[in-house]
Amino acid sequence: MSETVAIIDYGSGNLHSAAKAFERAAREAEVDRRIVVTGDPAIVAAADRVVLPGVGAYADCRRGLDAVPGMVAAMEEAAHARARPFLGICVGMQLLATRGLEYTVTPGLGWIPGDVGPIRPADPTLKIPHMGWNTLVAGSHPLLAGIPTGNEGLHAYFVHSYALKADRPADVVAEVDYGGPVTAMVARDTVAGTQFHPEKSQRLGLALLANFLKWRP
Amino acid sequence: MLKTRIIPCLDVKDGRVVKGVQFLELRDAGDPVEAAKAYDAAGADELCFLDITASHEARGTLLDVVSRTAEACFMPLTVGGGVRAVEDVRALLLAGADKVAINTAAVKDPDLVARAAEKFGAQCIVVAIDAKRVSGPGEPARWEVFTHGGRNPTGLDAIAFARTVAAKGAGELLVTSMDRDGTRSGYDLALTRAIADAVAVPVIASGGVGGLDDLVAGVAEGGASAVLAASIFHFGQHSVAEAKAHMAAAGLAMRLDA
Repeated sequence: MSETVAIIDYGSGNLHSAAKAFERAAREAEVDRRIVVTGDPAIVAAADRVVLPGVGAYADCRRGLDAVPGMVAAMEEAAHARARPFLGICVGMQLLATRGLEYTVTPGLGWIPGDVGPIRPADPTLKIPHMGWNTLVAGSHPLLAGIPTGNEGLHAYFVHSYALKADRPADVVAEVDYGGPVTAMVARDTVAGTQFHPEKSQRLGLALLANFLKWRP
Repeated sequence: MLKTRIIPCLDVKDGRVVKGVQFLELRDAGDPVEAAKAYDAAGADELCFLDITASHEARGTLLDVVSRTAEACFMPLTVGGGVRAVEDVRALLLAGADKVAINTAAVKDPDLVARAAEKFGAQCIVVAIDAKRVSGPGEPARWEVFTHGGRNPTGLDAIAFARTVAAKGAGELLVTSMDRDGTRSGYDLALTRAIADAVAVPVIASGGVGGLDDLVAGVAEGGASAVLAASIFHFGQHSVAEAKAHMAAAGLAMRLDA
């Protein structure tokens, strides 16, 4: 029986194209995975892999997540009790932090201790949002296996004004240079998160999604 | 390092590309999805659909085009044209657009930008500003915002309007010179520069590209974060790869791995 990958639907934008990106990554990596977009906590709790997307404002996303009764508990069940691979994307990654500081202070999930605050580039002429394609400064992680990083590496698509500042440096797997280092990817045990959008990042993105679908932490 | 983006723009009417895309042997050059796939493969950094359908009733066709494109292309897609309300923004985002451009409605009601940004995040709200130079020779340069494809003057100063919508929550500005659009004589660099210097958000230069040096100038002199072009790509005059190579050779940071 093929593994089930649950993409959590909590009213945060279009997930159809994200699902298509996962389906294509699975096809190209020749792994058999059933991709489901779901707002049902029971399906999330029982899934083999879980994806938490997120676009928009932090507090809005948190409200959306809390509006689905049992969803946060279901995520805890999958990621912690059952140790299933879990991937947060963009605001979904930021929600892994302790707190979001966008507009108001909003509690996050607290899985990756740290705060999500405004990007403050050393060079004041740099535009905010950090929007577009940038390379990664990365350590090694199974999700980045086979992906060239560094100045000559592949590019990831970013669009954000806030970034996660992790309390534990070991939780930061990749950074991006935007007037100084900005967190691009975090990971701890079975949980990972990308600030960039792998589902919009062409080659790098499809490779990372394929790695996630095969990840056995 | 963040790279300069190249954004091909397709005019779409009743679900079909107007000014057909001729640069590749497409099975159906009038199908926006086919054109989008070709640009995806060609290494475009983003794609822009501008819906010029006159009637509001035909929106369903556009939503279908957007959703089929989003399923086939794993790159960012901006959609504009005829966006009048928060509900229009929502419908486009749900169909699979990553960003939505608001033009006339932002002039009529700048608070629409604030409402949309609060709801969906500033990162997906683009305000498209169509501007015409209204200062006489010898006067300090001034530009006025126009709507309806450059037909209707608004009395609004383009720089002041750019500041207003950026403050309301626009995450990006698409600045088109109506004087240059379609002339192939290059961007209005003074306009691009004046707006890029006035706001903290990224600016996309648009209107008037005739050759690859114009793309370079849009960034180097205009201060744009991204350059939008239509006909030089659609008609096969240049490929996206040629444009990137040219811009990189001029010293601009480009994404060449696509």
